[in-house]
Amino acid sequence: MSLDLTIVWALLLAFFVAMYVVMDGFDLGIGILFPRLPVGKERDMAMNSIAPVWDGNETWLILGGNALIAAFPVAYAIILPALYAPVIAMLLGLIFRGVAFEFRWRDPGHRRWWDAGFFLGSLTATFAQGITLGALLQGITVEGRAYGGGWWDWLSPFSLLVGASLAVGYSLLGACWLIWKTEGDLNARARRYARILLPALLVAIGLVSLATPFLEAKYHERWFVWPGLLLAVPMPLIVALVAYGGWRSLAGKRDFAPFFWVLGLFGLSLVGLAVSIWPDVIPGRLSIWDAASPRSSQLFMLVGSAVLVPLILAYTAWSYWVFRGKVGEESYH
Amino acid sequence: MTDAETALLLARIQFAFTISFHFIFPAFSIGLASYLAVLEALWLKTGKDLYLNLFRYWLKIFAIAFAMGVVSGIVMTYQFGTNWSVFSDRAGPIIGPLMAYEVLTAFFLEAGFLGVMLFGLERVGKKLHFVATCMVAVGTAISAFWILSVNSWMHTPVGWALNDKNQFVPAAPWIEIIFNPSFPFRLVHTVIAAYLTTALVVGGVGAWHLLKRRDTPEVRKMFSMAMWMAALVAPLQIVVGDLHGLNTLEHQPAKVMAMEGHYESHPNGAPLALFGIPDDDEEHLKYALEIPNLSSLILKHDANAPLAGLKTIPKDERPPAEIVFWSFRVMVGLGLLMLGLGLWSLLARLRKRLYDWTWLHRAALLMGPSGFVAVIAGWITTEVGRQPWVIYGLLRTADARAPIDAPAVAMSLLVFVIVYFVVFGIGVWYILRLMGEPPHAGETAPAHAPIRTAGITPSRSISRRGADPRPDRTEEAGE
Repeated sequence: MSLDLTIVWALLLAFFVAMYVVMDGFDLGIGILFPRLPVGKERDMAMNSIAPVWDGNETWLILGGNALIAAFPVAYAIILPALYAPVIAMLLGLIFRGVAFEFRWRDPGHRRWWDAGFFLGSLTATFAQGITLGALLQGITVEGRAYGGGWWDWLSPFSLLVGASLAVGYSLLGACWLIWKTEGDLNARARRYARILLPALLVAIGLVSLATPFLEAKYHERWFVWPGLLLAVPMPLIVALVAYGGWRSLAGKRDFAPFFWVLGLFGLSLVGLAVSIWPDVIPGRLSIWDAASPRSSQLFMLVGSAVLVPLILAYTAWSYWVFRGKVGEESYH
Repeated sequence: MTDAETALLLARIQFAFTISFHFIFPAFSIGLASYLAVLEALWLKTGKDLYLNLFRYWLKIFAIAFAMGVVSGIVMTYQFGTNWSVFSDRAGPIIGPLMAYEVLTAFFLEAGFLGVMLFGLERVGKKLHFVATCMVAVGTAISAFWILSVNSWMHTPVGWALNDKNQFVPAAPWIEIIFNPSFPFRLVHTVIAAYLTTALVVGGVGAWHLLKRRDTPEVRKMFSMAMWMAALVAPLQIVVGDLHGLNTLEHQPAKVMAMEGHYESHPNGAPLALFGIPDDDEEHLKYALEIPNLSSLILKHDANAPLAGLKTIPKDERPPAEIVFWSFRVMVGLGLLMLGLGLWSLLARLRKRLYDWTWLHRAALLMGPSGFVAVIAGWITTEVGRQPWVIYGLLRTADARAPIDAPAVAMSLLVFVIVYFVVFGIGVWYILRLMGEPPHAGETAPAHAPIRTAGITPSRSISRRGADPRPDRTEEAGE
């Protein structure tokens, strides 16, 4: 039997999305926390801690979009019209967030405006991404090879809940990044925020996890019928253990630790998500095999990805290495 | 107009608007990235501070232009799906992998090394920093390669077959799909256009400061470099443009008919219209001012060669000559003016008046933004000229649309227009403000500022004229 490239591409796509969530997650989280940081050197330090890397982080979103159209074109063609308003809102949010990095230094007189744009752009983009996930989970209307619903279908209490949860999650990642990359007042402040955000994220994960199985019979079956129970029972326990590890690390001396514990929580959430929707690319509507590109397209891209993704990871790691260590306060005379 | 027609029109306007705005930034940053690499190479080779000052001066401008290019580019990635979902579904198996290669080979390369290029000089040392600059420059060029391959395939689709889901799927080696018939011409023509655009901007900024009598060595150097570029590249571009036109005549004759304003066929040699107002309804070029047989001479290299007109094409397969005729003339007219400027600068060099010929400087200043206008006009020519097809001869634009209601598209279009004009308008203004100050000795740099920063040191000399440029970027200092 030859290798099923469709499965390979589903896993790669999941990897790209996970990379985006993790890497742009902390950038966007810092954006969401931004108004709470005192004007002055703390804001500047927070900004500088992500300035050299945000562009690369955001590129995973472009890769995710392009991998989707290339590997599962019909899914791309259905999902984006279904989520028209949130997607446009996300793009606009990312515009404000992205230009703020440059513009706030260019125009000190209007820096407050760009800081506000940085915050609102980050929040909008995050919320829209969460809504996108929520709307996908609750199911979208498909007619033939196109979206068949209305343009407000994405709006529901559940999608709003996921949007809010993602905002909490990204904020926590952002706070942990600041704990890692800064020292002094900003570090202490980030720890305070993380102590609030970590329990909030646990609540959010709990609510979303409880609501999801009741959206679709299929999810219910996945989790509450044998052998799904095998995962459903220990999962909350594992989440609780990782959260406890994260909580302890917030009081610890190793500044990088909280970030990685929270990454663990994100990883578990993604695993849970995958269990719910596998093997669909549009949950409950379209399987990865229904939506797959022809083998020749898959193979052509796979050759490139096999060579280039490791290379990308290598030079991205190098770029992070160049800017390693704490963001210096001393340099701000 | 039916609701579907309104939605289609709005979606087309939205695409035209967002891509035109987007295209301005890469058209500038492709050339500027290469210019920065050249400046840094000259600095490393000669050790002259002059080149470092110029490098840092243009790096600040590059950072803003690049950020605007990135954020307006993401919109394009997703707009294929939001507004043109049928196109995405049907063409995805072919264009999707090509665009994925663009991300993998170009976007990550640019983004991965941009941070080091902007802020890493003191962290990684000169040589490694130069590598980073080159990687960014190479990335911009690779990006142009892939996206123009996609675009060209939509103009000259080859190597496809239809599958049972009505999708266009690859049916030939990928190398044939990538190097489809119009791609080499379009790639060279567009990349040269980007270099020319950048040269004209650099030359315009240099000319401005020369006119203001701020002829520092840096100003002289950049004006001279830009004028060399214009003198060498403008003629080359005219040759390449001609070749691209011949390629278009071969594959998309209707586009060339519209560009020429030829409704009637000319069996004994077609005239070139210098002026005229095309009327697609009456199928007639009004107020035409024509030079007999010149069009045949240019297109067929034979003054008496026959050329067919738009009337030979079914009416519902014709592009709107009313737009294409003029967008083409704007592009060509500006191209000839660029050639003129390049030749003038050569004359000025011969007479040793490059830095004090006021009229030359005025002309260079006026031509500063002309590259952008020419690039957009050229883009309109090629894109409007392939209508009513989105994939030439295979998929009509009208059939490629997403099932989005007109009010939703109207809403998003409105928001895009407002946000783009405000955000990018302000960004362009920041760039102009940076350009308004001449590059000088001891030019501040990102690396001067705190250990790691994205934005660049706000030069005091900009916000407070006459004050010392200090590389401080704390909030207190700013306000």
